[in-house]
Amino acid sequence: MTTVDSGRETAPSAFDGERLVAPEPRTPKRPKFSRRAGGFTPYALLIPASALLLVIVGWPLLQLIITSFQQFGREQVFGKPPAWVWFDNYVGVLTDPAFYAVLLRTVVFAAFCVVITMVLGTLVALMMNRLNKFFRLFLSIGLLLAWAMPALTATIVWGWMFDTSYGVVNAVLTNVFGLDFARHQWLIDPLSFFFVAGIIIVWGAVPFVAFTIYAGLTQVPDEVLEAAQLDGAGSFARFRLIVFPYLKPIFLITTILQVIWDMKVFTQIFALQDIGGVREKTNTLGVYIYQVSIAGGNFGVGGAIAVIFTLILMTISLYYVRQVVKEEEL
Amino acid sequence: MSATIAPGQNVPAPVGDETRAFTGGAPRAARGGASHRRRIVSVVLSIVAVILFVIFVFPVYWMINTSFQPTGDIISSNPHFWPDNFTLRNYQRVLFEPGRTPFFPALGNSLMVTLLTVAIALLFSFLAAVAVTRFRFKSRRWFIITILVIQMIPGEATIVSVFRVIDGWHLLNTIIGLTIVYVAGVLPFTIWTLRGFVNGVPVDLEEAAMIDGCSRAGAFWRVTFPLLAPGLVATGVFGFIQAWNEFLMALVLNARPEMMTLPVWLRTFLVANGTTNWGGVMAGSTLMAIPVIIFFLIVQGRMTSGLVSGAVKG
Repeated sequence: MTTVDSGRETAPSAFDGERLVAPEPRTPKRPKFSRRAGGFTPYALLIPASALLLVIVGWPLLQLIITSFQQFGREQVFGKPPAWVWFDNYVGVLTDPAFYAVLLRTVVFAAFCVVITMVLGTLVALMMNRLNKFFRLFLSIGLLLAWAMPALTATIVWGWMFDTSYGVVNAVLTNVFGLDFARHQWLIDPLSFFFVAGIIIVWGAVPFVAFTIYAGLTQVPDEVLEAAQLDGAGSFARFRLIVFPYLKPIFLITTILQVIWDMKVFTQIFALQDIGGVREKTNTLGVYIYQVSIAGGNFGVGGAIAVIFTLILMTISLYYVRQVVKEEEL
Repeated sequence: MSATIAPGQNVPAPVGDETRAFTGGAPRAARGGASHRRRIVSVVLSIVAVILFVIFVFPVYWMINTSFQPTGDIISSNPHFWPDNFTLRNYQRVLFEPGRTPFFPALGNSLMVTLLTVAIALLFSFLAAVAVTRFRFKSRRWFIITILVIQMIPGEATIVSVFRVIDGWHLLNTIIGLTIVYVAGVLPFTIWTLRGFVNGVPVDLEEAAMIDGCSRAGAFWRVTFPLLAPGLVATGVFGFIQAWNEFLMALVLNARPEMMTLPVWLRTFLVANGTTNWGGVMAGSTLMAIPVIIFFLIVQGRMTSGLVSGAVKG
């Protein structure tokens, strides 16, 4: 594993096809001087973080995997030795239509949230890049407020705004727009439940994406954009050919983070169910695992679902991990 | 304000309207048209910015607005867009009414856990970030990949085992127990972000200091460390939000009323009475959100640069 410079010769430009920005010049001699192996030092520096992660992430993960092969209920939590059932839990989960319903719901919902968040976040970022200082600060403060709102608080507030009897949304739709939304129950129907949940999640996530991409936009070199302008590239062409390739790492990392966060979403769905959703029809995978293991006491089955879910998330992010490993000359 | 723009007027796309401004040889008239158009675009953009501002702020406003209204105004078919009958009664009830889980211990718990988490996570992730950026060593690559992969594990999955570990150490319902779990929770992301920052400081600076007679460690402390301040702030903010807002782990690990953190406290509120006291819930929500919002407004400028340098090499 001591491949000091593996892949350095072939270090690709971040942009397939169109090489608009020259790759950074590499000076292969330098590592000898500064990036020494360092003897024991790097390991010592890693001890605190590794030890903690090992105990609080590694060990529970191992236990989770073991549990998923066992018949593990409430008695086992209190000390009764669990029986090994090997793949029974997995077979049970994978032949259960309810699992696929939850999985499909999670994937579709997350996909919607990610796409809408990324598009809106990008548009807001492009807009911020064009605003004058005053309006940019103004908008930034608005975004910061939404970003800073804790997920639970945000869900409760939005739930209150969509309240059946006294919610401001129903009142405005009825009184201002003359629509028949008096006493409309937003959370009962799964589709509109997820509509509300989607609004909460996108509202909370757009600021992160917008700020990140905006910060990236300020790093796109003006000369390149001006050169493209002189060559007659329109605004969309410039975005597609320059801005996007240049910011590709940022788009990649924000998208993957959104995918992971939206697939794992727990607080918003859980709290919205508290406020008035039908649990069985609105569970996403994170909440489903909680329902099965902690509320239902089926830790073996819940463990199996959790392992499957983790594998799915890892598969999704495999592309990202590979990309990082390739590009960052690890 | 919108009077300057006729409806249906063909407004150019937000990006790239100055295309023509750069074509030096364009006739005067065309240039004049371009600058006119640019002004319109900037007005339109400003209006859109205001609309967006309203959309993003409204729920926060609505929370605060509701929290200052008497129950009679809250529960009426016509929502009050302004607290006409301003009252502090909701706050008074949330903060001092006996029989509820008290607010101040929860606030104290949240503050303690959050500050400890930030401090410890920054220290640990700083050491790790230095290790992976400034040294080439065996299994370095595996460490980074593991850091990436850990972020895919859903917290709900491992919570039972985490519960058993913390229980085994007799740390249930303690600040320390929850802090340990939170630090582990934020470490992958904070290591990753700080790594970007340390990478961003050119090694040449350290080398120059070493040539001038500094030891390797001395060069790092005197030259690189000061340049990492924005990175530490950005990373710290992330840890702060995570710890302050975290709900599930706190719900499971610190269930005793006097050991609850604010999110768990807020939830007991919501379900305690069958008919939700919205005024009280909104007052509680405001109390919980305000510290983060203030903190955010103070450090805002430092954050984004940090998030980006995690993704793009500096």
